[in-house]
Amino acid sequence: MKRERPQSFNTVPIKERLTIPRQDMPEQDALQRSTNFLEVNLGLNPEQAVIEAQRCIECKNPTCMDGCPVNIKIPDFIQLICNEDFLGAADKIKEDNSLPAVCGRVCPQETQCEEVCVVGKRFEAVAIGRLERFVADYAMIHGNGSTKVFDKPEPSGQKVAIVGSGPAGLAVASDLIKEGHEITVFEALHEFGGVLVYGIPEFRLPKAILREEVANLEAMGVKFVKNFIVGRTMTIQELMADEGFDAVFLGLGAGLPRFMNIPGENLNGVYSANEFLTRSNLMRGYEFPEWDTPLYRAKHAIIVGGGNTAMDAVRTAKRLGADEASIVYRRSEEEMPARNEEIHHAKEEGVAFLNLVNPIKFIGDEQGNVIAAECLRMELGEPDGSGRRRPIPMKGSEFTMKVDMVVIAVGNGSNPLIAQTTPEIETNKWGNIVADEDGKTSMEGVYAGGDIVSGGATVILAMGAGRKSAAAISEYLKSKVGSVV
Amino acid sequence: MYKILKAEFIAPNVKSFIIEAPHIAKKRQAGQFIILRVHDKGERIPITIADSNPDEGWINIIVQGLGKTSAHLNTLETGDHLQDLVGPLGLPTHIENWGTLVCISGGVGTAEALPIAAAGKAAGNRVISIIGARNKDLIIAENHMAELVDEVRISTDDGSAGRHGLVTDVLQDLMDEGVKPDMIVAIGPLPMMAAVSNQTKAIGIPTMVSLNAIMVDGTGMCGACRATVGGKTVFVCVDGPEFDGHQVDFKELGMRQKMYQKQEAESHKCFLERQMKKLKAEQVLAEV
Repeated sequence: MKRERPQSFNTVPIKERLTIPRQDMPEQDALQRSTNFLEVNLGLNPEQAVIEAQRCIECKNPTCMDGCPVNIKIPDFIQLICNEDFLGAADKIKEDNSLPAVCGRVCPQETQCEEVCVVGKRFEAVAIGRLERFVADYAMIHGNGSTKVFDKPEPSGQKVAIVGSGPAGLAVASDLIKEGHEITVFEALHEFGGVLVYGIPEFRLPKAILREEVANLEAMGVKFVKNFIVGRTMTIQELMADEGFDAVFLGLGAGLPRFMNIPGENLNGVYSANEFLTRSNLMRGYEFPEWDTPLYRAKHAIIVGGGNTAMDAVRTAKRLGADEASIVYRRSEEEMPARNEEIHHAKEEGVAFLNLVNPIKFIGDEQGNVIAAECLRMELGEPDGSGRRRPIPMKGSEFTMKVDMVVIAVGNGSNPLIAQTTPEIETNKWGNIVADEDGKTSMEGVYAGGDIVSGGATVILAMGAGRKSAAAISEYLKSKVGSVV
Repeated sequence: MYKILKAEFIAPNVKSFIIEAPHIAKKRQAGQFIILRVHDKGERIPITIADSNPDEGWINIIVQGLGKTSAHLNTLETGDHLQDLVGPLGLPTHIENWGTLVCISGGVGTAEALPIAAAGKAAGNRVISIIGARNKDLIIAENHMAELVDEVRISTDDGSAGRHGLVTDVLQDLMDEGVKPDMIVAIGPLPMMAAVSNQTKAIGIPTMVSLNAIMVDGTGMCGACRATVGGKTVFVCVDGPEFDGHQVDFKELGMRQKMYQKQEAESHKCFLERQMKKLKAEQVLAEV
């Protein structure tokens, strides 16, 4: 689709722009931050933001937008920053993304918008993520909500239930409330945000920011209901038949932790990453006994896995006072799925990396507490189905490590709750809900998106799937009105 | 917030709560549980639903004040509110007409056995209840149970009521008298369920136990409630809470229940100290 180029406010000549260095984001000192749960990244200041925005060369055919799963109008908001219209820039982002302060923090921009940035082909890419974060934070402090973008629409008289208040559900809520539908978000836990609240730690995404984003949606008219498990408290059929919902969106997330199925995994002190992070993030276990939920404060912690969740867990273990907090990963650093920034931050904070190592057994004492991990060293063979080189155990390489806590962070399966209670909805052999491109499931009026469809992925991909479903739900609701009249 | 319509002690340190919860009351079946938080910094704890009334929109839970959270909960009175309440969770009890069903319960487990005994009776079983307690003051729900089932037998550790001995002794007595149980349901403290399962395994009577594991979310998301049943790991919150007692690794579950013993003691101590300070402050105020 041909789009108009935004008005240019960049006063720096093109050639000079390429000589401006990418602006570093200030961060909390590594030694200091490894003992607290305050945010690590501190954000650009206004001067830095303008300088960074001026690095954009205003390509005729900008590729950055294609790299964004929700197609934020990146060239447009960057020009508004050049013009120091930070609130305008925030509004521009919000046209496509309801959670800019969240995405500015947790999106893997280096494999999305910034990866395809034309400047990045020869120089360092424009720091789009840092700019997004800057304007979103600026708008939270200086803006007065989102009044400009969202004029109250005419009520449609149609009701949509959104199951799960994670990134997918919030994206759907944001898009559909603008069309005048009555939106209710149902959340199983006692706080809203899904994985953003139970999974991502405070030091990467302060909960106050999430609460603000939810409050924005509430101000727009979205109803939020906590402590409500669709499938148990009420089924999808009941929501539609008895409570009058015209359509349902399922953004349940991939909430079923995988274990390794090795001996000793049920010993005390062996956690799933979900449990360890939920105890710390949602339940504020790091503030025990001020908060009631207990959490291990280990001295020798190992975290098994190499993704972002593993990095969150190991950095949490470090902050809880571990002398040694180590990543144990069966491949090499090159194959790690975690973002470079997370790996880098973890290293700065003193996390050890035991790559090409895989635990085969956990050993406990008489009370059932884990005290050691028996591991094997690995080497890399031919590429496997994932395209990464397959780890192969090295014969006779067994060794034992002293540990007092283990966190298993090897991914999630899909939560079986909806499948158990709604047989009409088709699932695949992994338990994921089967949905088409637009999120349509096998049950009429029911759509699904995010990790429950794709398996474990990222916040922004879930939001992208949510936006596609929102568009499809919108069409479906219109057709329903048509057929009734 | 969830309103407590009625709160009363029914035994020393054991309190019964009627809580307003219309959705849960409408949905819940025998064997299911809820998760609650007492206050805004509270932990999430699972409690089995003892009774409910869908027309009046309430559920009933029975709480023994053992740790910090349950002790705090038991300070709440009629008219107070719970911070959070969610459910019904877990799979409902599988009920059929087995013939003779023996419901064995101990401690607050007796309250949790009531709906199962009632459902068992409704399905056409002859139901015998065996209630065990340390002493006669700790026996709860005996009269309620007597209204539901064909026969109630009691055992106490100190002999202050019923048979002097354990529930397993009463079960042996029953069988010595010629009763042939077709199904046993055991609900209560872990050692009791383990002892019953051990006894019935030897003589081949199917036995179902209701496991109480430490939980966080209660929807299968965290895996805190892992137990080993038949050599396989299960999540008590979504795969249970009821399992074949002959297959359960009780030793492992017993150790897992003690995972936070140290922290729980610390937390409980903090709570009691705060309560003492409150009491003292109230005394001082009263004297002024």
